[in-house]
Amino acid sequence: MSDCDYRLQNAERRTQNCRTAPYQVRAVGGLLLAVGLLFLPAFPSSRLLAQDLENGTVLYEKWCAGCHGLTGTGDGEAANWMIPRPRDFTMALYQIRTTASGELPTDDDLRKVIDEGMPGTTMPGWRDKFNSSERDDLIAYIKSFSRFFDGADPEPISIGGAPRVTADGLAEGRTLFEEEVQCMRCHGPQGRGDGTSASELTDDMGVPVRAADLSEPWNFNGGGSTEDIFMRIRTGLDGTPMPSNSDVIDAGIVTEDQLWRVAQYVASLSTDGPSRRRDVIRAAFVETGLPNGPEDPMWDALEDSYVPMVGQITIAPRWFVNGVDGLYVKAMHDGERLALHVAWNDPSASPDPEWQPFFDGVVASIAAPDEPHVETQGPDRLTIQFPVTPPEGMELPFFLAGDARNPVYQIRWQSDPDQIEEGTATGLGTFAPGTGSDVTHTAVFADGRWTVQFTRSLAASDPSIAASFTPGESTPMAFYAADGTNAEDDVRGAVSAWYAIYLDVPLPPQVFIAPVLATLLTAGLGIVVVMLAQRQST
Amino acid sequence: MQRILALAALFSVACGGGSEGGGGSSGGDAAAAAPLGTGSIAGVVNFLGTPPANVAIDMSEEVECAAKYTDGPVDPVVVVTDGKLANVFIRVTSGVPAGPYPMPSENAKIDQNGCLYTPRVIGIMVGQDLEITNSDPLLHNIKSTPTENRPFNISQPRVMSTTRSFRTPEVMVPFQCDVHGWMKAYVGVVEHPYFAVSVNDGSFTISGLPDGTYTIEAWHETLGTRTAEVTVSGGAAASAEFSFGS
Repeated sequence: MSDCDYRLQNAERRTQNCRTAPYQVRAVGGLLLAVGLLFLPAFPSSRLLAQDLENGTVLYEKWCAGCHGLTGTGDGEAANWMIPRPRDFTMALYQIRTTASGELPTDDDLRKVIDEGMPGTTMPGWRDKFNSSERDDLIAYIKSFSRFFDGADPEPISIGGAPRVTADGLAEGRTLFEEEVQCMRCHGPQGRGDGTSASELTDDMGVPVRAADLSEPWNFNGGGSTEDIFMRIRTGLDGTPMPSNSDVIDAGIVTEDQLWRVAQYVASLSTDGPSRRRDVIRAAFVETGLPNGPEDPMWDALEDSYVPMVGQITIAPRWFVNGVDGLYVKAMHDGERLALHVAWNDPSASPDPEWQPFFDGVVASIAAPDEPHVETQGPDRLTIQFPVTPPEGMELPFFLAGDARNPVYQIRWQSDPDQIEEGTATGLGTFAPGTGSDVTHTAVFADGRWTVQFTRSLAASDPSIAASFTPGESTPMAFYAADGTNAEDDVRGAVSAWYAIYLDVPLPPQVFIAPVLATLLTAGLGIVVVMLAQRQST
Repeated sequence: MQRILALAALFSVACGGGSEGGGGSSGGDAAAAAPLGTGSIAGVVNFLGTPPANVAIDMSEEVECAAKYTDGPVDPVVVVTDGKLANVFIRVTSGVPAGPYPMPSENAKIDQNGCLYTPRVIGIMVGQDLEITNSDPLLHNIKSTPTENRPFNISQPRVMSTTRSFRTPEVMVPFQCDVHGWMKAYVGVVEHPYFAVSVNDGSFTISGLPDGTYTIEAWHETLGTRTAEVTVSGGAAASAEFSFGS
């Protein structure tokens, strides 16, 4: 048996899934238990349980009830603004298990989720908050919400080891993903959750749910390692549309090795995201013209930077359930014109009648914190903003569309009609259109991903509206994005913090020649000195 | 027991809305234990007034299923033929003869064909195996959402079969496909064998009943429930009638 290790190493890599404690721990634990049991009749067992439950109750009511509710039904006050909603513990229905679909989780399964949280949802990881005995007290209390746990001893499914990853194996995994096991029906051809059946998915509470975007493993419930993925494929995610595929093995349609191939293929769809977050995004200098559009192969040579996006929850009307949670940004310039390439994943090109059930479900599922909901599906949106005038010192315009003293220049794109407009803003909802540059754009939507290229001259035609860019200097840059199908608009959506774009200057030749000359000079002098010294000593 | 098995076999033909009248029962040859009584309740479920129109299903994205329909497929929620209502689940709720009850020797069966569950409404006993079959060569998932029983969510991407059972009585356990959101079925899990589902001509039969007075409850997925009291005497068939209406 392998060692348990739940340590989170970085955003997208988790160590192995673990089902049992190491042999030595179990042996010693078993011995202690046996000894303890000998003395157990001396202590009423109810006293031990009450001790656990009392502490568990206190911890639960302080840390968990705000979302999960005092009665464990997932209806805490904060749940009103969450999609997906917090778990209803009274149903004993758990997503992340090593047991078969419909079965209860093991204690280790529950420990894992309390420690790691459910990324991509509002459930945080509590590893740094609770020690292990507090966590076990909590687990005892949580189990008490459902009588299904009484006397239950859930058994993990037994699985074989993974075959070695090979190119043929990945190709087989892809065929299974698309044809035999048909994951593609919901997850889409590139795994971004845009499959033909994706638009009507709801969880068991009737709340719209997205098929996971398989290219963003840092958002996977239960972890993004291949072992985690395999366990989700084998046991399903109870309470969601994701089924268990164990019966498909029993029916002889696929082998367990083939499901490992599917898991390995899914793991191969992973991209990097948060590890490529950079405060400053560099626009590379190119000599021979800028790309024609977002799909121009020139862009392939550049690595993008990741810009995390969060819901705009500062100024009314607030929005807590943003659809876009990250942008991928890269840029190039040729000394006269700048090209910005922004991409993000979105299963629907809004507005999309196919996805109307999803929109309706969002509106029905959460309370609008400030105002009535958006009434109809609008377009998808992306706004890039810069300060109108370069900031003096450290003070930047307010990141939410500027303020009266420090207006921002915005380039606003929307998907329907496919257009951009420029203008200035002095706060959310105060946009004043105006032409400040010669910016043009091209937007492409394919397989659940928008890719937009913006191109304009470095110099603004109207500096009172638009920012200008200078090679060798950086300009603060921030983003706003909205998914129309997610009941978002120009103020209800996702925002980023201030980042910056820096235009590379071409390296002068001296940069390469000077070190070589210096090396030769130093080496030459050194040789002369040594030769002189040797001559003197003979 | 034989009557129940025969009725279950009858229910597994065609999709909801077909015009095959299936009244009565053919003698099954199951080797189950003899029923406790020789009496029965034979009845009919009526629909009064004009039935609501069933919504058309857009199966355009599932070509292999759409091809199985000459007319466009409709969602068989309220199935009325000549004033008779099908897919009503009827069971004895009081006066139930004491157990133990013989388990049917055959599995209950539910099929996915033409992207619809057949039958849409089925009764099974606690602990009885339910064989869930996919007759469509494409992906369905079968997600059950009981509250008294443990749920499951099974993928069936090809023609294949899986067996499940339920441990606790529950009326009704919903079944749902997530790949095709219109696909629904309802499974009534009963601790005793005294239940039936009405067929297209509205008829149903609950057999194996000893003499006595029984309360029976009729359940429909959208039209609610009705109850009736029936007295079985002389080991013969007693009659019962339910009416649902708009």
